[in-house]
Amino acid sequence: MTTYLLRRFFSSIPVLIGILFVTFALSRLIPGDPCRAILGEKATDKVCNEFIHRHGLDRPIPVQFAVYVGEISRGDFGTSFRYSQPVTRILGERLPTTVELSFAALILSLLVGIPLGIISAVRHNSWVDVLTMFWANIGVSMPVFWLGLMLAYIFALLLKGTPFALPPSGRLSAGVIAPTLADFWGLSVTKGTISYTIIDFIGRMNVLNALLTGNWELLGDALKHLILPAAALGTIPMALIARMTRSSMLDVLGQDYIRTARAKGLAKSLVIMKHAFRNALLPLATIVGLSLGGLLGGAVLTETIFSLSGVGRSLYEAITARDYGIVQAFTVVIAVFFVVLNLIVDISYAYLDPRIRLD
Amino acid sequence: MDNTNKKITKLDVEGLSLKSVSLWQITWRRLFRRKSALVGLGILSLLVFIALTCQWIAPYNPYNVLIGVESVKSRQAPCIHLLGCPSDQPQHIMGIDGNVRDEFSRLLFGSRLSLMIGFTTVGFAIVIGTILGALAGYFGGWVDNVIMRLMDVLLAFPSLLLAIAIVTVLGPGLQNALLAIGIVSIPSYARVVRASVLSVREMDYVSATRALGGGTIQILFRRIMPNALTPLIVQGTLGIATAILDAAALSFLGLGAQPPTPEWGSMLGSERNQVFTAPYLVFYPGLAIMLTVLSFNLLGDGLRDALDPRLAHISG
Repeated sequence: MTTYLLRRFFSSIPVLIGILFVTFALSRLIPGDPCRAILGEKATDKVCNEFIHRHGLDRPIPVQFAVYVGEISRGDFGTSFRYSQPVTRILGERLPTTVELSFAALILSLLVGIPLGIISAVRHNSWVDVLTMFWANIGVSMPVFWLGLMLAYIFALLLKGTPFALPPSGRLSAGVIAPTLADFWGLSVTKGTISYTIIDFIGRMNVLNALLTGNWELLGDALKHLILPAAALGTIPMALIARMTRSSMLDVLGQDYIRTARAKGLAKSLVIMKHAFRNALLPLATIVGLSLGGLLGGAVLTETIFSLSGVGRSLYEAITARDYGIVQAFTVVIAVFFVVLNLIVDISYAYLDPRIRLD
Repeated sequence: MDNTNKKITKLDVEGLSLKSVSLWQITWRRLFRRKSALVGLGILSLLVFIALTCQWIAPYNPYNVLIGVESVKSRQAPCIHLLGCPSDQPQHIMGIDGNVRDEFSRLLFGSRLSLMIGFTTVGFAIVIGTILGALAGYFGGWVDNVIMRLMDVLLAFPSLLLAIAIVTVLGPGLQNALLAIGIVSIPSYARVVRASVLSVREMDYVSATRALGGGTIQILFRRIMPNALTPLIVQGTLGIATAILDAAALSFLGLGAQPPTPEWGSMLGSERNQVFTAPYLVFYPGLAIMLTVLSFNLLGDGLRDALDPRLAHISG
């Protein structure tokens, strides 16, 4: 197991270096003059030269790359041209929104997708199965942005005034404020320390914050705002998960040991959940890992539609504003996050299926 | 088995020529047995029909601004005569868009662009991906390592994000969006081809060709590549669906097709703030995207089952 883990870990290092190189290259290739994009079209040459020198943009490209890698390995992502703030701080403010949204979408898709897949497999070719697969096909074909807009239209306009009405934008209603966790617990942590960053990060995820502080009003409001974006973002993975669960359950249900288990008199529900579902989990792990990448991409669209200031929307805005620092940092973080997730998926594979370890 | 043998002998005895059934005929027959694949094929045929004939069937020119031509307002609601719209008013079954053009005509013309986007991006990705995958699989060693690590890096980015980043570098526009989506979809084809090449590289018939003096090109393209064809077709059909979806997303964000081009994603994007006042301008383009993507997804799934050699016992 250890050898497998080590080998798998080291094989992702070239990919990580590649990611750094690609993000660096892309951000340097973005056409247009960063100085005039930030300081305005009327900036004089003198001001611009000073600006370029201050940000090290006049040094040779290989030197810039080396400096960049060195800084990142120290956790320093540089400063944002546009906000004149450290990129890590902006990342710390925006990432919790995206993480909360992605996890809500993933949980929603698992909670709905897996049971639907199991029922479809157990009742193979019944109307439940046909209907589920019909919806799954529609679900994977739906443009996220369209679904988001339509959900907003239905729940914010058509159902306005009914108990089912949901807000179409933002994270909290006006007047509802998430407390700062450190203050709430009376902790004295200094800004800039790791413990402060972690507590701050958790506190910015409204649902988690509400649960930790026992603030039910906040919880209700945060969840209300989270449902529509999570549903829009979670539909594609939900459909994929339902399809995958079904086909993988169908494979397993045809095995001899399932017949044996039924023949020795075990209850059907026990056989389905303990014998069949556990073995059907394996391909599901891959889909979940891959879906998370899709979620991060879909977050750009979902956050734009529902006016959430998360990583996806900030990245899109930064690209259009040629804010190198943010573009680099956010793409690196997203790609590294994705690589780590795939690593976790592979490791869970080895854990779930002993045959892989021995390969 | 016995049955087939008997049939063959019988036919031989009677001196009839045996009709050979090609893989494609079998595939077609299997495909026609699957309802979902048929639905996909049906929607796709309709789309192709619309794309080919839209200049005759569209009631208006998709670029024509109707100010001064008809008494219609910007973002006017749909007017359908059959559903009780007064017959003295001009019929616009999907309403009028923000620039006072007929939404329905624009939607019909959008089918051309969508199909073109799907086929060109996937065509591009298949050509490049096949070359890279074949080289990696056939030569192995460092060639394989370099190519596949490069593909891993491309796969390490969520595809839409990478496409957005590439378009920003190249500049917004339909052509650059197509190129970006083409680039991000290369790795999946390279992987498919590499896997097929690896699975047959050491086969006897390949060694035989080499022993007979066949060159690398001949071995690769005449002996090895035909094996990669079926997985490529399946992957390509499903890939068209993803490509159309990603292209629509790029246009929605304003990075792909630019107005006034009648492209579904950009039509939807330019009216997205009007979703509460003119929902029809958002609903129909999105529905069109969904149906197109759905047709390729259904067809791709159907082809995968129809081409699956494990199902070969279900004879055509």
